[in-house]
Amino acid sequence: MTRDISRRSMLKGAAAVGAAGALPMLPFAAEAADEILVGGLHDLSGFLDFAGIPMNRIMLMAIEEINAKGGLLGKKVRGVVYDPQSNMSMYSQFATQLALKDKATVVMGGITSASRETIRPIFHRFKTLYFYNTLYEGGVCDRNEISLGTTPAQTVEKLVPYTMGLWGKKVYTIAADYNYGQITAAWVKRYVEQNGGEVVSTDFFPLDVTNFGPTISKIQSAKPDMVMSVLVGSGHLGFYNQWAAAGMKNEIPIASTTFGAGGAEIEIIKPEVANGIISCYGYYPTVDTPENKAWVQQVKKRYPEKTPLLTELSAFTWEGMMIWADAVRSAGSMDRMKLLEVMESGKTYTMPSGKVSIDPKTHHAIRDVYIADLKDKQFVIKKKFSQVQPADTQLVCDLEKTPNANKHYEISLE
Amino acid sequence: MDYSLVVAIELVREVAGLILIATGLAVIFGMMRVINIAHGEFMMLGGYTVVLTTKMGVNIWVAILILAPLAVGIFGVIVERCIIRHLYGRIIDSLLATWGLSLFLIGFVTVVFGNTVEGVSNPFGGFAVGQYKVAGYTFFLIFAAVAFIASVYLTLKYTKAGLIARATMQNSDMVEALGVNSKHVYMATFGIGAAFAGLAGGLLAPISGVVPGMGALLIGKAFITVVTGGAAVVAGTLSASTILGSISQAVTFATNPVYGDAALLFVALILLRLLPQGITGRIFTRSI
Amino acid sequence: MLSNISKDWLGVGFVTAIGLAVLIFVPMLFDLFEVLQMTKYVVLSLFALSLAYIWGFGGILSFGQAGFFGLGGYTFAVSAINMGQTTIPFLMAIAMCALFAAALGYFMFYGRLNDVYLGVVTLVVTLILWKLINHTAGPEFIIGKARLGGFNGVPSIPIMTLPWQPDMEMEPSQMFQYFMAILIIVYLLLHFLIKSKFGRVAISIRENEIRTSLLGYDVRLYKLWIFTIGGAIGGAAGAMWATYQTFIDPNAFSLEVSAKCLIWVMAGGVGTLFGPIVGVIALEYLSLKLGETSFLNNLIILGTILMFLVLLLPKGLFPTFRDLVIKLWQRARGGTSGERPS
Repeated sequence: MTRDISRRSMLKGAAAVGAAGALPMLPFAAEAADEILVGGLHDLSGFLDFAGIPMNRIMLMAIEEINAKGGLLGKKVRGVVYDPQSNMSMYSQFATQLALKDKATVVMGGITSASRETIRPIFHRFKTLYFYNTLYEGGVCDRNEISLGTTPAQTVEKLVPYTMGLWGKKVYTIAADYNYGQITAAWVKRYVEQNGGEVVSTDFFPLDVTNFGPTISKIQSAKPDMVMSVLVGSGHLGFYNQWAAAGMKNEIPIASTTFGAGGAEIEIIKPEVANGIISCYGYYPTVDTPENKAWVQQVKKRYPEKTPLLTELSAFTWEGMMIWADAVRSAGSMDRMKLLEVMESGKTYTMPSGKVSIDPKTHHAIRDVYIADLKDKQFVIKKKFSQVQPADTQLVCDLEKTPNANKHYEISLE
Repeated sequence: MDYSLVVAIELVREVAGLILIATGLAVIFGMMRVINIAHGEFMMLGGYTVVLTTKMGVNIWVAILILAPLAVGIFGVIVERCIIRHLYGRIIDSLLATWGLSLFLIGFVTVVFGNTVEGVSNPFGGFAVGQYKVAGYTFFLIFAAVAFIASVYLTLKYTKAGLIARATMQNSDMVEALGVNSKHVYMATFGIGAAFAGLAGGLLAPISGVVPGMGALLIGKAFITVVTGGAAVVAGTLSASTILGSISQAVTFATNPVYGDAALLFVALILLRLLPQGITGRIFTRSI
Repeated sequence: MLSNISKDWLGVGFVTAIGLAVLIFVPMLFDLFEVLQMTKYVVLSLFALSLAYIWGFGGILSFGQAGFFGLGGYTFAVSAINMGQTTIPFLMAIAMCALFAAALGYFMFYGRLNDVYLGVVTLVVTLILWKLINHTAGPEFIIGKARLGGFNGVPSIPIMTLPWQPDMEMEPSQMFQYFMAILIIVYLLLHFLIKSKFGRVAISIRENEIRTSLLGYDVRLYKLWIFTIGGAIGGAAGAMWATYQTFIDPNAFSLEVSAKCLIWVMAGGVGTLFGPIVGVIALEYLSLKLGETSFLNNLIILGTILMFLVLLLPKGLFPTFRDLVIKLWQRARGGTSGERPS
């Protein structure tokens, strides 16, 4: 399998061979020896900028923080930020640039799974350490990537029984029509059935759908006990307004695997519409620990105006930077393999989101997750689950056995 | 029984939605042969006007019905003076220039207001149809669409301004010779088209989120509706919205929104093949 | 007359010579990253040529050129993944797009659709393709070994091999030279076509369709051929794009790609073949540089440039520049300016 992948590898893969073999004498741009470069690839414009801009600002804040503490190995850390403009070609372009031209030592970024699958193979081939800090559908198996976001086995698995216990066993799923939505909807169905419930229907919507009138009528005629929303993006925000406009808000409750994940939703949608939506993520700004309170204060101090929205995405970007910096300090080196070995050692980090460690088998985070009820733009945490494993990815991936794996598995639910 | 009534209401709502988003574009296209790609962003500006003014404490009806069309109408006049007037008769150039304007506006609004602006609440509650609930706002939108069409029709048919506008459409040289400054007519037309867009954006603000990219989601359908309808503003918009809206919504109910949208596009394609100048290029040719 | 023709060929020879020089020297002088970069410009230039030809020399304004780009890319992706080789899939992509263009062209030209309406039909067809391909995220959408993948697209597309070396993936510099050769050949072929009798009739259709048809030419058939040729070139560019990126996603079908293509041709100059290539390089380079900076929103800058181009340089960059050079040259020779209308 790996053989097959490498044969079909990225064009840039062939480029690496070229660089190593055919063009050994070409001088690459000399890097400043007293700086360590950290690449940032987040959508700063385009339809995902509401998520990308906070991630980027938090990344820069983390760099400042590391430098304020004296840098790493006696060197300053510098962020190299590109804006891929929510465009996959740009992602591929800038990833190549970060790996080959800037020679970044680590890259944070990628938001959608599509963008991750565009850049992950590039960093894999060019041996550039890569952190993906977004919640996603699970299944990446690549030793070069550290995935800090939560996966369905960590969140959906908790959210479904909790909300079914509150509201009842008939679930109607509405999901975004792409990879994440399809896979997450399949997980929802599995967990609902495991808990003795029934998914009465699953509807998929392209990302540009804005009018949900027919769906709202269909949901009413199906009479579920709850709606599970896996909707994504600004177009889909219309659903919540139209749902409330039809007076359904107090009739059928909503749980969501996405609402509030990027943060913008809770600002754009009025509290009287959004209140009562139950979600489950690995981080909420209301997590009640001294570490988190200090961190929230730190962000507010650094960005007193237009404070970035604190969500799983931005919090985990900061965690990624800190875990990386810790690995550099422990290893005393910038060598990628040494850093990976430190992170694989099963170290537990105390972070704003709680206790985090890297699962050596999957390079996904083992972390605390929370269930929260939204009330007036505040997530009221209802329940905490400690040290939840990325059990979905663990089904398909064991990097200790296959350290050269380089694949995104679609986890089969059969 | 109740369910089919709900389906019928949703069909009418979709038709009304197309009328709302297409009227402003149709006025500008029908009168001036300019396709305003920034139409979607004009709607977005209307939405933002409502959001920002209600936040400052303005009554929501004043914001939607007066401030949104007024602000965007004035903006439209400025755009006409600065850009569009240089491009009359150059349909492709005007299309590209307004596309540039549309990108500019999305970027500008993102920079100034950010991507996250709190929405406005919907002024109506739900409305019971048998055992189903339909948004009261749905009926308001349908009513607004009827008002859109009626106001354009009555203005064109029974006022002096409407007469001049229709005459300019048919033969601007002759109108000029009769002592009317056609430049002013064009300026006013563009402003009115923009005001319709602003009003539509304001009307849609409470049920869709208000974000900088919202125009891009609406412009495609508006554009296709207008072109399918052809040059006559009232008859074209009405007939195209009715045909496209009801078919696409029926397909959406039967299957899912992807096939609903695909059906809309497919029907538009067939109509354009059969009626290459739009519906009113062949049928209702004497209408306005 | 004679001197005009020879001047024309002088220009073509000049462009071809530049192209050959680029083909030979770029891989020697530039590093890997820059070669990859330029490969991208070559592919997009070919794509721009497809529209430059049908719009500039056939008067057909397509708002849906992305349809061919995406269709070519997906055809190549699916067939190359299934067949395990790339030469036949490349030809299949071209053939598929030519067939699709012929079918769509028959539908449009024999229906006598014109100007804006024709633009809208091409746009609508592309939108339908885009909607449908976006809807293929589910596991049921699989062709042979290739999952269509919906919004996420098709990953792991094989890298092209040289037709005479089917076992060896091209290295980046080889790929650059191969694509550059294709670009030069297409450029020359289009130039011959434009100068042929066929091309002159096509231009007369662009100038006055009714008069041409009264002279006894079957306007519909000519347009159909032009559109089909344009579609085939667009499909080739799409296939090259797919292998260059090793992935393809529905974005290839998007309105944005169609619009970008229009802008390149517009900016470079409608009615020339070289201008659109200049447009591609200038605008893509700019958009890349904008992505590296973050002091201003990219959309503001792109939008401003677009408005600026339409209002101030309606002829496009290349013709404006060329006319300026000619004017200066004539002035330098003394007093002959104004002799030749620009």
